[in-house]
Amino acid sequence: MSLDAPSTNARYGSNAGQPLTRRDGVLKVTGRATYAADNHPDGMLYAVTAVSRIARGRVTSLDVEATKAHPGVVEVMTPASRPPLAHDPDEKMPPFGFRIEVLQDSTVRYANQPIALVIAETLEAATEGAALLNPQYDADEPRTGIDDGLRFDPPAVGVGGPPKAAFGDVEAGLAKAAQVLERDYVTPAQYHNAMEPHAVVAEWDGDHVMLDMPNQALAMSCASYATYFGIPPENVTIRSPFLGGGFGSKAIINGPQILAILAARALKRPVKLVLSRAQMYGPVGHRGGTWQKLRIGLNNDGQLTALHHKSISATSSFDDFLEPAANASTHLYASPALLSEHEGIRLDTGTPGPMRAPGEASGSAALEVAIDEAADACGMDPLDFRLHNYAETEPGSGRPFSSKALRECYAEGAKRFGWAGRPLASRQMRDKNGFLVGWGMGTALFPCPHFPAEARATLRADGTALVETAGADMGQGAWTALAQIAAEALGLDPEQVELHSGISTLPDGGIAGGSGHTASAGLALNNAGKDAIAQLSELATNDPASPLFGAGNIGVEARAGRLYRRDDETRSESYAEILARAGRREIVGTAKASRDPAAAEAHAMFSHGAVFAEVKVDPDLGQIRVTRLVGAFAAGRIINPRLVESQYFGGMIWGVSFALHEEAIIDHRTGRIMNADLAEYHVPINADIPSLEAILIPENDPFVNAIGVKGVGEIGITGTVGAIANAIWHATGVRVRKFPVRLEDIIG
Amino acid sequence: MNRFDFIAPHNISEAVAAAAEPGSAYLAAGTNLLDLMKIGVSRPVRLIDITRLPGLDRIEWQPDGGVRIGAMVRNSDLAYDPRFARTFPAVAEALLSGASAQLRNAATIGGNLMQRTRCAYFQDTASACNRRVPGSGCDALHGENRLHAVVGWSEHCIATHPSDFCVPLAALDAVVELEGPQGKREIPLEDFHRLPGETPEQETALAPAELIVALRLPAEAARFAANARYLKLRERTSYAFAVVSAAAALEINDGVISHARLALGAIAAKPWRAREAEASLAGAEPTLEAFTRAAGFALADARPSGDNAFKIELARRIAVRALILAAEGTPEVMPALPASPFSTTPGASHVA
Repeated sequence: MSLDAPSTNARYGSNAGQPLTRRDGVLKVTGRATYAADNHPDGMLYAVTAVSRIARGRVTSLDVEATKAHPGVVEVMTPASRPPLAHDPDEKMPPFGFRIEVLQDSTVRYANQPIALVIAETLEAATEGAALLNPQYDADEPRTGIDDGLRFDPPAVGVGGPPKAAFGDVEAGLAKAAQVLERDYVTPAQYHNAMEPHAVVAEWDGDHVMLDMPNQALAMSCASYATYFGIPPENVTIRSPFLGGGFGSKAIINGPQILAILAARALKRPVKLVLSRAQMYGPVGHRGGTWQKLRIGLNNDGQLTALHHKSISATSSFDDFLEPAANASTHLYASPALLSEHEGIRLDTGTPGPMRAPGEASGSAALEVAIDEAADACGMDPLDFRLHNYAETEPGSGRPFSSKALRECYAEGAKRFGWAGRPLASRQMRDKNGFLVGWGMGTALFPCPHFPAEARATLRADGTALVETAGADMGQGAWTALAQIAAEALGLDPEQVELHSGISTLPDGGIAGGSGHTASAGLALNNAGKDAIAQLSELATNDPASPLFGAGNIGVEARAGRLYRRDDETRSESYAEILARAGRREIVGTAKASRDPAAAEAHAMFSHGAVFAEVKVDPDLGQIRVTRLVGAFAAGRIINPRLVESQYFGGMIWGVSFALHEEAIIDHRTGRIMNADLAEYHVPINADIPSLEAILIPENDPFVNAIGVKGVGEIGITGTVGAIANAIWHATGVRVRKFPVRLEDIIG
Repeated sequence: MNRFDFIAPHNISEAVAAAAEPGSAYLAAGTNLLDLMKIGVSRPVRLIDITRLPGLDRIEWQPDGGVRIGAMVRNSDLAYDPRFARTFPAVAEALLSGASAQLRNAATIGGNLMQRTRCAYFQDTASACNRRVPGSGCDALHGENRLHAVVGWSEHCIATHPSDFCVPLAALDAVVELEGPQGKREIPLEDFHRLPGETPEQETALAPAELIVALRLPAEAARFAANARYLKLRERTSYAFAVVSAAAALEINDGVISHARLALGAIAAKPWRAREAEASLAGAEPTLEAFTRAAGFALADARPSGDNAFKIELARRIAVRALILAAEGTPEVMPALPASPFSTTPGASHVA
């Protein structure tokens, strides 16, 4: 970890903030942080969904009588008995909501779709009641493979992104190339698998409802729930103080939670629903599979003449979320011609959704391997090749980047990794135990979205502050970083700032997604804090009794709980003194903040990085072990280097997971996922992650927002997947183009 | 999960009597049974709690140097027993390569023998599975079966037995002590698990209500202490079942193998003892050629049951590697990554 800061453009002497530990750390390690399912209001009932075991067709019967006869079962909700909703679930819910499956009919669209809800006095009774429903089906042939699904031209990819980007003449560029590389890559369906399952505890009071649930987008969700239940948004309160991971899956409304809330209203008792691990493989989103093709034209100098990236991206039969994989190629390498495009394929699965760098991760996995293959085809070092094709400005548009310290990432990462001297050819390195050793690299890239957000900052009579925004801490450390931003704006120590977050009654903190939460909620808190300080300054500079009287034109500076006259350090006054003399108990600053549209128009805004991987491979047995990962990332201003390093580690670990572990195994005869549990759907365990280094490259970005913050949550997975696959090739000479890499791929 | 009665007997005879009622199941740590009950694969109407039965949690050394391990001894307690790990190092290594630390702390020796296959079609109640519902068919046969059996399978079932522990036990002639309505008996571990044939639902040699009370390793198995390894290929470094595994044990005198043991894991419905391979090694020098020939014997009858031909080659290679590592000698301390091909990384031990 580097705490080095640039000498220029520093804020309070440094562009990196303090590496404070998590504010909620002690609560979490002592078990006092209560998650949604820890709530047990009096009289609470338990709801369990029964799910479909076919992937396409319809339910022809349910043995509701058998279920109702089971001791403890209170009610069974089926398409025949489900109370009405105020919004048609077969219509999308703007802005990001999907069509959802809430027992609107007996149609089955995917395996694990809810087909009934059983509500009982105990979890055990509800679970057994669901098992007793004994559904009968009229099953149709499921379509879950690349050869089965209906292909279509998508109007949009991801959450409304363009399905196509093009500039220059790609075919002409390929025609004049000295050599053309054409390669296919496959990425599997992956499931978020947050540690904490999707859960809700719903309690109605008249037409008001209290929802305890993990949620990445509080205000947006309140509006959506209100629409489904036909009540004003302010009647919905969501409490989501802690999330045991979200990864994109807790930002979007899903069917099971709606059903539980509906049951609570119908039965006039609080209802809890917690999905089982297996039930998370269906109605709560996933990363859709991709089948990608890259065509790269290369001239004799090792430069791209054209780049064509096409992704066939899977979505459900009834809604559209296409992994925007090809867009990973649109902003990274310089090329005179580029075409990135998508084709959709409809499969009988749940609708995919945003998951851990949606598009960027799967697109980067293909692109970075293709670039490695291109470097090899040119006989060039993979790092030299990337520098040779460095985009000084945004490819196509020619817009400047708001900041881009990618060169520094390459240089520092390579230095720390010890990249120099890497043999060009594969199978050149062995360790003393005879294992094959390989080094690979990948470039990391992630956009910097900014969501509108609001915040409130209250300076209190004792000189401390309360700051509030309805944000979400999924484990990334938002409580801590956001308090640091607010403290800086308020001129206080973080310990003097109390942060309230995680409940929807607070000012809208935007969405904790797209790696944009710190920037979005942070900017709102910064501006609210500055608003409070401005009001305080107004009081002081207009008060003849204040040493700051008359400093209005010169200005004051807020620091360490005092206002200082800018031109005279000896004239200052504490916040508490100013408030006391003014007879004020508090001053409330507020802000609604979003990105400056002019800056956004004029600049391309991305975080960048470079990831270097070392793997060892058993030459006979094919067992792969990642032995070193070094990532260097530039993401604007770093609020808390400790937490950011942890975010980068997390991203890189998910990169290991993508490269070597994660895959939903689907039986295409039935459309069922055959490894829907954490024993068989593998994510890495500690022993798979031997050595990680994350280097924080200083970067000053005056355009991205007033606090200079980009985003760090997802970039770590990009670059890493390709770096590992490339290192495996370097070790073994085997180029694997289908993820995850398996033993049999290596032994041939 | 279905409703069930919970019986807590005071001694083995009470337990056996209680289990004689149809629909009963013994409950030890429950690390496998309770999961299966939650997903509806196992629906016992009576659970007989054997965790409080007296006398089942002891490791007893016999006068001849053999050891008797009570069925309720926890995996971790056995693996970390210094004398046991010294005497039967491949067994300790196999134990420590299985599951996770938390599971090993709970799971029992008897329960390990009783664990059910991890075949996804066995666990998925919507799939046809002759093992779960006799006569219903085998959806694994033409399904997602890259990790399924390559020896000893039948058209009726291609599942594998998931245990690591049982692989060196089979190699070392372990004996299972049983107690049931007809009294006490004992059978070789090698005969405890059954191949599927036409009756895959008959997974073990246990008679109704019979209880595993102990496991014995004979004194003569200690002769391999200096040259014994368990090796396991898996798709993550820990907390994963084997793709293929091998237990190899050699007695080497004056540069010649006097006795050899070899068993393979995760390739059949039972730990796969390779007696022909063992015989081919007796009297041979411990060379790559000898090991390669032996591994050939071990997999001579292998054939893919589906999309898993690679497992045959991998099993052959891991048998060779396990024999090489056994010949090199048992590590002085338990490797940091027990049973991993990467366990040779020097300077790291399993217990800090």
